[in-house]
Amino acid sequence: MNGIPWLTVAGALPLLGSIVLTLIPPVPANSAPGDVEARDKLAKVLALAFSVATLAWVIVMATRFSTSGPTYQLTEQYSWIPQFGVHYALGVDGIALVLVGMTAVLMPVVLLASWHDADRGATRRSVKSYFALMLLLETMMIGVFEATDVFLFYVFFEAMLVPMYFMIGSFGEGPRQYAAVKFLLYSLFGGLLMLVAVIALYVYAGDSPATGHHGTFLLSSLVHVALSPTAQKWLFLGFFLAFAIKAPLWPFHTWLPDAAASAQPGAAVLMLGVMDKVGTFGMIRYCLELFPAAVSYFKVLILTLAVISILYGAVVAIGQKSMKRLIGYTSVSHFGFIVLGIFALTSQGQAGATLYMVNHGFATGALFILAGFLIVRRGSDRIEDYGGVQKVAPMLAGLFLVSGLAGLAMPGLSTFVSEFLVLAGTFSRYKVAGSFAVVGIILAAIYILWMVQRTTHGPVSESVASFRDLRARELWAVMPLIALIVAMGVYPKPVLDVINPAVKATMSQVHVTNPVPAHPAPAANAAHAPGANSSHLKGNQP
Amino acid sequence: MSLAVSAAAPGTIPAPSIEYSQIAPMLVVFGAAVVGVLVEAFVPRGMRRPVHLVLTFASLVTAFVWTCVIAATSSLFAKGSAGHVAAMGAVAVDRPTLFIQGTILVMAIASVLLIADQSSDVSAFAGQAAATPGSAEERTGLLAGLVHTEIYPLALFSVGGMLLFPASDDLLTMFVALEVLSLPLYLLCGLARRRRLLSHEAAVKYFLLGSFSSAFFLFGVAMLYGYSGSVSLGAIASAVGTNSGRDTLLYAGLALTGLGLLFKVGAVPFHNWKPDVYQGAPTPVTALMASCTVVSAFGAVLRVFYVAFGTLTWDWRPVLWVVAIGTMVVGAVIAITQRDVKRLLAYSSIAHAGFIMTAVVAASVSGLSSSLFYLASYGLTTVGAFAVVTLVRDPSGEANHLSRWAGLGKRSPVLAGIFALFLLTFAGIPLTSGFTGKFAVFQAAIAGGALPLVIVGVVSSAVAAFFYVRIIVLMFFSDPVEDGPEVAVPSVFTGTAVALGTLATVVLGIVPQPVLSLANHAATQLFVR
Repeated sequence: MNGIPWLTVAGALPLLGSIVLTLIPPVPANSAPGDVEARDKLAKVLALAFSVATLAWVIVMATRFSTSGPTYQLTEQYSWIPQFGVHYALGVDGIALVLVGMTAVLMPVVLLASWHDADRGATRRSVKSYFALMLLLETMMIGVFEATDVFLFYVFFEAMLVPMYFMIGSFGEGPRQYAAVKFLLYSLFGGLLMLVAVIALYVYAGDSPATGHHGTFLLSSLVHVALSPTAQKWLFLGFFLAFAIKAPLWPFHTWLPDAAASAQPGAAVLMLGVMDKVGTFGMIRYCLELFPAAVSYFKVLILTLAVISILYGAVVAIGQKSMKRLIGYTSVSHFGFIVLGIFALTSQGQAGATLYMVNHGFATGALFILAGFLIVRRGSDRIEDYGGVQKVAPMLAGLFLVSGLAGLAMPGLSTFVSEFLVLAGTFSRYKVAGSFAVVGIILAAIYILWMVQRTTHGPVSESVASFRDLRARELWAVMPLIALIVAMGVYPKPVLDVINPAVKATMSQVHVTNPVPAHPAPAANAAHAPGANSSHLKGNQP
Repeated sequence: MSLAVSAAAPGTIPAPSIEYSQIAPMLVVFGAAVVGVLVEAFVPRGMRRPVHLVLTFASLVTAFVWTCVIAATSSLFAKGSAGHVAAMGAVAVDRPTLFIQGTILVMAIASVLLIADQSSDVSAFAGQAAATPGSAEERTGLLAGLVHTEIYPLALFSVGGMLLFPASDDLLTMFVALEVLSLPLYLLCGLARRRRLLSHEAAVKYFLLGSFSSAFFLFGVAMLYGYSGSVSLGAIASAVGTNSGRDTLLYAGLALTGLGLLFKVGAVPFHNWKPDVYQGAPTPVTALMASCTVVSAFGAVLRVFYVAFGTLTWDWRPVLWVVAIGTMVVGAVIAITQRDVKRLLAYSSIAHAGFIMTAVVAASVSGLSSSLFYLASYGLTTVGAFAVVTLVRDPSGEANHLSRWAGLGKRSPVLAGIFALFLLTFAGIPLTSGFTGKFAVFQAAIAGGALPLVIVGVVSSAVAAFFYVRIIVLMFFSDPVEDGPEVAVPSVFTGTAVALGTLATVVLGIVPQPVLSLANHAATQLFVR
């Protein structure tokens, strides 16, 4: 504890903003429309100011993080509910730090992109509630990455659903009620199964000499609790199911396309870009670190699901008629890659998976936001309603293409680096899984390019003719993301430097070492039977 | 004759020693109830309501403060003593009981606030309960502005019974307490001003089924007396295992008393009265039943099963497992089809009773302490939720049908927001008291080896979340209905009750430690034997 509670403030700033926004007094019912607009404008500017302040704070905080320091840094720890051994414990390792950074970057961007989402159209909705909900969600998302106490993590993990539920249900489009309820129930169900595992973990910790027979939720104590292989398997399943629903991994993904299609583009970016990362983040932080024996038992099954996700998401994406659903399904495919990288259990694969999470946030964020700009102009998200946007709005079409290329992992753009690392890491241990996953890249080219072709090329369709190009606000929303995609594609080293020590720590917790290339042994690893019950994966000693 | 005998031989029947100061909270409430009856007889009609209000609130607050004083300062608990059995073995004064009584009193104050509210319409209660619904007599009564002020002493008698019920250390006192708490409730249920036939149906149903369950309870007491030769819980506990020849009596007694208690809790399969009664009764009375009665009945269940049958855990645990599973599943599943908000809250109350049962079957200190916490947090939220229900009105009274609630969030965002908070609490979303409570009971259950129960519990929670969330969808995401219900501006009374519920929900969700340690402290030595 170094005096300044960096992590608490990072999470509290958006919360403060949310409270300030709620406290803006409503305008009287009989006032002129101009007053309402001025009030809404104030709410929007305030929200943006708070999110930018959070970003600035997180940037300064990141400079305090030392890549050669201990795994968890900037830690804070206070007793919260001593009765259950619950702590308010925060700390970030490299993985959490980059995800917090990604959240802080995406937030102002999303706010700018959703500037008119709440007050557009025939029915005016409460602008200040929409922006207050976004800021509240940012607090929860930052908190969920920072928590180092399983109970605290669970609290954020579940509470996060509430603002998103209202954002979809109150401010979404189309069958928004159906999508919101489906989203909430799926996530809640997964979360409740995880709750059983969380409580059981606590009870086991209370029985363990490693914690001095005191039940605790502190991650730092829980990693020392020795669990029987059977207990590990059940607890692993409890956590993993919640994360697989969140991530979403095939076959637990069915809520995602509905939610993505019904949410406003901004909300969908937060959902796909940040919230769903909590699933993959949780797999690294909790599934791998707490239950290493179960990981070696389930990994082949999970890798299979991941490969199915990659291929299934991609194939279904090709067939979509709606842009938002298409991007939703591409995310199913991308999350397959992330899970593949995590459970390949190589440091390349995990570093790649972590980098993938960040890059996917930026790339899919940019793509979804630009798709949102198209949809606002045309009033439809059906791909067949577009055509020839390139000739009318070249800037919009050009950026749409760039972010699309980022989605299919074009070399030179950031996603290429992460996808390459994931595939290289997977291939060094699981050749078959790696080979199947590579097919996903080809499919990605089809779904992205075909969509871009149908919307921006060809003859200018009538409804598109009146499109105007990007406004300054819209440009400001997208350009930072495009700049980051290019910059991290050319020079990913700073981010990888932050990620790598954390990956190394995780790998040593799972007792895995990287297979040595050009050595016959990795093949034997790939053939590891799923029934193998050892907590040590028989990786080659370097 | 007998008087002459006792006069002739003084000393053969010793005067009972009553520790008045220790049981004063109950005596205050009963005393105020008796005075309330006298008020009905002697005070002019116009003055009765204010007098009753002062009397009722003063007695409840006094009883609450006194309870706190006993818990904090009494020498009963010196040197690690678990407590004391006062009044010749009839009334136990121990920490869990004091916690339960304090909880009941707080909830009773909140419920009486609702009962006393007359601002929004006239009153939730009928002007002349005896008049036939729809008759000319009823109309003249209404025009004359008649009100039943008897509701205050009735409520006080009922609350007094609720205080005594979990404190009874022998089964006969417990039976008397059961009747004292139930009879006024039967009456109060039939007093609804609107939809009086429904209210009468509720009262008759509750009375008939309640009498049956009381009879079963009494029959069980007789069996246990036959088994152990005593009605005292401690004596039954020490007789268990010694009189091996008469085990049939023991098990039959256990089953029958258990039946009577589980009926009051509303556990499956003795839950059928709950939806009808909760729906038909005046909403303030429903609030009283859903909070105080449930707490009191669980207090009695805990005492009987932990003290009298504490060594028979292996015999009753499988049965209560089945009851708990049935209660959770039936409550959650049937609630999905409900269209009336009070019926829905009734089924939700059944499901919650099931969640508490998971901790009861743990039969441990943490089982007791987590049940206590759950009861306190759930009861306060429930009172708040029913307080909100009283506020959503249309010209024909409360608008209880859910379709009428559509778009409420747009008309009255604050009230709908508070109700949404209560629903999220019932669903057990973190940072609300419902989550802390659920966490506590499930933790106790897992520690007690009841993992399958907890899995059923979380699946039921997910099912239950569906219908809670559906109300939120209806309130916030649907468009308002034409000529929908008005939201009455809450008076000081109802406003206080809503505020209390909201405050408890938030505080127990975010900083639950003080109440958790209070509950834990209350439970560490279990019940006095």
